[in-house]
Amino acid sequence: MERFARLLTDLIYTRSRISKLALLADYLRTAPDPDRGWALAGLTGELSFPSIRAGIVRDLIRERVDPVLFALSRDFVGDTAETVSLLWPAPPGPVPPSPAVSEAVALLSAATRATAKPVLAGLLDRLDEDGRFALLKLATGALRIGVSARLAKTAFAQTFSVPLDDVEEIWYALRPPYTDLFSWACGAAEKPDITSRPVFRPFMLANPLEDGVLDLADYAAEWKWDGIRIQIVHASGETRLFSRGGEDITASFPDIARAFAHEGVLDGELLVRGGAQGGEAGGAASFNALQQRLGRKVVPANLQAEYPAFVRLYDVLFDRGEDLRRLPWSDRRVRLETLVSQLNPGAFDISALIEAGDFDELADLRAAARATDIEGLMLKRRDSPYEAGRKAGLWYKWKREPLTADCVMMYAQRGSGKRSSFYSDYTFGCWTAPESEGGVLLPVGKAYSGFTDEELRWLDGFVRRHTVNRFGPVREVEKTLVLEVAFDAVNPSTRHKSGIAMRFPRISRIRRDKPASEADEIRTLRRMIASDPGSAAASTEVRPGD
Amino acid sequence: MLASPKTPRWIRAEREGIHLPTTDWWIDPSRPAANALVTHGHADHARGGHGQVWATGATRDIIELRYGALTGGRGLDYNEPVDIGDCITATFLPAGHVLGSAQILLERQGERIIVTGDYKRRPDPTCAPFQPTPCDILITEATFALPIFTHPPIEREIARLLAAREANPQRSILIGAYALGKAQRVIAELRRAGYHETIWLHGAMVAMCELYQRHGIELGPLALVSEASRDALKGQIIVCPPSSLNSAWARRLPDPVNAMASGWMRVRQRAVQRNVELPLIISDHCDWNELTGTILELSPEETWITHGREDALLHWCALHQLRARALDLVGREEDDTG
Repeated sequence: MERFARLLTDLIYTRSRISKLALLADYLRTAPDPDRGWALAGLTGELSFPSIRAGIVRDLIRERVDPVLFALSRDFVGDTAETVSLLWPAPPGPVPPSPAVSEAVALLSAATRATAKPVLAGLLDRLDEDGRFALLKLATGALRIGVSARLAKTAFAQTFSVPLDDVEEIWYALRPPYTDLFSWACGAAEKPDITSRPVFRPFMLANPLEDGVLDLADYAAEWKWDGIRIQIVHASGETRLFSRGGEDITASFPDIARAFAHEGVLDGELLVRGGAQGGEAGGAASFNALQQRLGRKVVPANLQAEYPAFVRLYDVLFDRGEDLRRLPWSDRRVRLETLVSQLNPGAFDISALIEAGDFDELADLRAAARATDIEGLMLKRRDSPYEAGRKAGLWYKWKREPLTADCVMMYAQRGSGKRSSFYSDYTFGCWTAPESEGGVLLPVGKAYSGFTDEELRWLDGFVRRHTVNRFGPVREVEKTLVLEVAFDAVNPSTRHKSGIAMRFPRISRIRRDKPASEADEIRTLRRMIASDPGSAAASTEVRPGD
Repeated sequence: MLASPKTPRWIRAEREGIHLPTTDWWIDPSRPAANALVTHGHADHARGGHGQVWATGATRDIIELRYGALTGGRGLDYNEPVDIGDCITATFLPAGHVLGSAQILLERQGERIIVTGDYKRRPDPTCAPFQPTPCDILITEATFALPIFTHPPIEREIARLLAAREANPQRSILIGAYALGKAQRVIAELRRAGYHETIWLHGAMVAMCELYQRHGIELGPLALVSEASRDALKGQIIVCPPSSLNSAWARRLPDPVNAMASGWMRVRQRAVQRNVELPLIISDHCDWNELTGTILELSPEETWITHGREDALLHWCALHQLRARALDLVGREEDDTG
């Protein structure tokens, strides 16, 4: 554990991406098996120990340190794992040998609810401060040390000189400690064959259409539906649904899973039947309706009936074992049209193409869509292969008004009147550059409306639980919560360090699903300054439903 | 609950400082006062504009360096009692914080009150060690009064610093250290660890280092960064004010490893927020165990807690059935002197 602990500590104090990659490479190259595999799992967020809950860590420390002194310390440090690592009293007597990462993982995995506390305490007793910090970060999930899963995979690919796309492709079929991945990367084995397994394939994503006009001879247009982007996979008799991040959400949508038994991999938007998007029969409800179905491990039948889910299909990646991803979009579209006709129409339809004579006509259609909950338009290059990630020039999202941006909550203040005692005024920021390149957050605005009372209670709780600093009445929070902010315009401002000011900003959505590192950059907002809100240039980077 | 203790009528805690109303003397007043007893030279304790300033000779030298010549008052030796009126005697005792730093023992008709100012209990080659003195009321600082703050041995931190230098021969090691006290202590500890090469200084550090040297503190060979070429600074140790880390000034150094010497470096995010790569937990204040240990050792009837995390220390006193109260002094916030 010492080496892994040192790696985490070094990574925390390292800003530059190159230096982080070098630290990761050094560890991945030289740490023993299977420790390095478990470490890679921790760094990519693939480890979870269901019986080690955050409450257990707090209980353990409260048994050893006065609870008020712990609370004051936690409040100051702003991170439970770090606070506990600093406060944990060293046991009397000689220090027992520190556990290897693999031993710690084995013990934590084997722990039950009943044994979780003694197991965790036993491990903490065998570690120094940095070791305790690393263990608690591993044991309780999110490391939050400024290393994304993507960066860790990039480091792996660079270390062993294998293509990053190959790593991404097989990643979701493999399980920690990734022995087969290391064997392949080190040249000791073939690349694992995943074609017959129901696993997630990385999504193709769109870039925001910022300016310019596209030729509709080259690009096909579709509505940008406001649900959640999903991948549905059927292989070897099993069906799985994956969210944009590759999370298995099959359990939340058993109705959809049951309705799909075609061997293949499809890409689409998960929606709930309703009238907000599309109106007439075959329409979809607003995103809020879909939220009733999200995040559930068990879905009662009445909920399935009240909020019937369906998938509006965008693309096909595999059809009966045939990989279609290198085909042009137009060929895949033909295959998808054939395929969808064989599927249960209650659970699947196809995202219709929008017929427009030219780009101006398309812009008019987009403007007319404002009255509905449709998010905007997608424009897909007709000859584009299905490429993982966000490749330039292939797919664009062209969102409707209002302008929105994904921002990170930075500070909160109590409101007044009805909202007194609630932290209801939020200052949020955007990145000066991608976080992985050393960008920092600068405030871009402040909002105190747009949420429901229920959301306010949740936001207030978030502020209280994640305060890292107090400046009089202002609380600084952990920079982890993404807020989708809607606003009417962006104006240049000399009063703000970010150089911009938003007009009528309001919280349009709490984006618990989005990591802070994926929030928008200030330059995205700056580009909106000159643009007329009604023009084609006024689109903005946003949601994952692209 | 403990009974409300009797407070001597000749001392008051005001927002602007500790006040002795019967003689109109102030201790470390935050606004100009006619008569000021000053514990040490840090800006949150020693301000300009007072009438007569009584302080140790070194502290008066520091104040004159920062604010210009003092017109009134006198320099005092440690353990030299002086009468300040109304039968009150003030005695300056070593506090171990920085050069010249003192606790002030106030005595009147058998009542003994100690104002610690800032203090630490660890050995420091640049100042006289804290002199524990029994008292009825202890007025203590609480800068690092949370149990997370346990300062490691300074030898460990100096060793980490020297190891970082060894590991980065192409880079300079830039240490952000407060110009009064921390900088000289880091330099003196480097010398004690056997590092005898030139240590390079930001211009803002020079006058205070010279003052220390005039007071007999050995700092070894020092030179100005501006006198060295960029290449000559590779593998060299440079000391600058914390505010100069990441500044335009630092950009001409060869790829500096940002280090910072402060008790706050104990918390990772504090270091990250300041873009510090090499956090050195070196503090001129007591850590939690030293603060609580001092209260137990001196065993005052009552403890008054000044700036810092007073809520935690107050709670600890309550847990240990010790009388305590928090003072609300202005201008004593978390700062780089930590």
